[in-house]
Amino acid sequence: MSVTARDTAVANAGSVREWLRDVPAIPFLILGCIAFAAIFADFLAPYDPQFGSLTDRFKPPFWQHGGSLAHIFGTDHLGRDVYSRLIFGARVSMVVGFTAVIVSGVIGTVLGIVSGYLGGWVDQVIMRLTDTWLALPALTFAIFLAAIVGPSEMNIVIILAAVYWTRYARIVRGEVLSLKEREFVRLAVVAGCSKISIMRRHILPNVVNSSIVLATLMLGVVIVTEASLSFLGVGVPPPKPAWGVMLSDGKQGLMVGYWWLTVMPGVCIMLMVLSANLLGDWLRVKLDPQLRQL
Amino acid sequence: MKQFIARRIGYSLLSLLLLSLTIFLFIRLTGDPASLLAEPGASAADIAAIQKKFGLDQPVWYQYIYFMGNLLRGDLGESFYYQTPVLELYLSRLPNSLLLASVAMSFSLLLGIPTGILAAVRVGRFWDTVGKFFALLGLSLPSFLVGLLLILFFSVYLEWLPSSGSGGFLNLLMPAFALGWYFAAAHMRLTRSSMLEVMGSEYIKLARLKGLPEFKVIAKHAFKNALIPVMTLAGINLINMINVAVVVETVFAWPGIGRLLYEGISFRDFPIVQGVVIIGGSMIVAVNLLVDIVYAFVDPRIRLEA
Repeated sequence: MSVTARDTAVANAGSVREWLRDVPAIPFLILGCIAFAAIFADFLAPYDPQFGSLTDRFKPPFWQHGGSLAHIFGTDHLGRDVYSRLIFGARVSMVVGFTAVIVSGVIGTVLGIVSGYLGGWVDQVIMRLTDTWLALPALTFAIFLAAIVGPSEMNIVIILAAVYWTRYARIVRGEVLSLKEREFVRLAVVAGCSKISIMRRHILPNVVNSSIVLATLMLGVVIVTEASLSFLGVGVPPPKPAWGVMLSDGKQGLMVGYWWLTVMPGVCIMLMVLSANLLGDWLRVKLDPQLRQL
Repeated sequence: MKQFIARRIGYSLLSLLLLSLTIFLFIRLTGDPASLLAEPGASAADIAAIQKKFGLDQPVWYQYIYFMGNLLRGDLGESFYYQTPVLELYLSRLPNSLLLASVAMSFSLLLGIPTGILAAVRVGRFWDTVGKFFALLGLSLPSFLVGLLLILFFSVYLEWLPSSGSGGFLNLLMPAFALGWYFAAAHMRLTRSSMLEVMGSEYIKLARLKGLPEFKVIAKHAFKNALIPVMTLAGINLINMINVAVVVETVFAWPGIGRLLYEGISFRDFPIVQGVVIIGGSMIVAVNLLVDIVYAFVDPRIRLEA
């Protein structure tokens, strides 16, 4: 008995190691760094991200003439340290991105399961609603909602979840439709399981992979949308250091050649989205062969 | 066929109805639609007047009928800032948006289709990897970032192109590139997968067996058939472009629908924001309907299935 247990443990360890071997290292590392910066922002940032000294305005990065190591990535139009703002901006992106993806994922998955499993008028209602919301252009819809509820970090999460749950609902429902015809679900029905426990115990574990893959792929989309909303002034409200807000502020200095105010947050957004997309692509191949064609 | 089209139209009308209901309910969700519909800084008397005008003192179902009635008559309200009907404003900006979208679309097709074909023909080899990398970059670089970097490079350092405004052909280049960039990646991906599907089919094998040179097989037999889904996507995307252009148009101060929407946000001009969202949603419903009907004509399997 103990031998078999150890054997399985060894086999599991082997497969975990194998599994980890082809994790795409670079995107994982980048996301790890951003997460690290987000969590320990208070210790990592040398300056307060929301206050600067007006005598230190528009200082270039340290390698350029006029820059100094005191502000390695320079300062912005209010003399705030760009490096510190980038670090705190990571926190905003991470918090907003992950919460929005989780909230929309949960809403979409639950509605997808209910719609697919119960069928009938429930399915009709949920799917008509999904189709309608899918028809609304995502960014315009998000702007419309933002104009109604006003800018705040919390509201951004609600808006992003409200706009993006439909993608999960569509895919999950499709899977549930084929799952509910399978033997194990029929047996559960015969065994007298309630509808709720079938959905929770038998259907949910089988669709959760697709939801996770989709969530990883949506992370990039959500972060870009958040940055776009912040850039347009309806996202994270200005004194907060979000990358989109930084780009929007930096636009004023662009024509005069203050490139770092645009390039620095831009590179951060790009790295984060690129990593999320690479990781999503990898997970898709790894977890869900059916989604490979997506 | 008639039945199929009738049902599709029915679904679309239902979608439009739900769409208007969604918009209507969201506006009321905040509790006080009058404060949204009134100008910023309006007095209590003004707000009372607005409440009376939109029937906000009446029951909700009455308000919805009133709202729908206005929509059906094409009355989307009046902009506070411009003091003109929103529909008129929208239509006056539409040509600019269409111009930008068509140039961006041509660009994205010119870049996306050849690279997609190249990637499919050389699948798994060097050019495929290069193509994949560019597609990923296209999907990961937000359009406003592309726009800002273009301005930095071509306007600030090289001083070749104007950074904003409209009028000349040169004004169009950078916004079109920034807007088309993302779509080029999407078109490339679809061209690649569509080409791969066609290349595996029987008639391509036959063309090869006939001894046709590979170039002719690809250019004449495979390409034409692989293009159908790509052109469908391009048609839908043209409408999408008008709706996602808000960021690019803001960056380049291009006077299109997106810029109108941005002005709507920054002046707190709510009727504009509401109008743009309603028209945008309706356009997408209409295009989806059109695509469904055209496909049903082209492919009998679809109409028999449904």
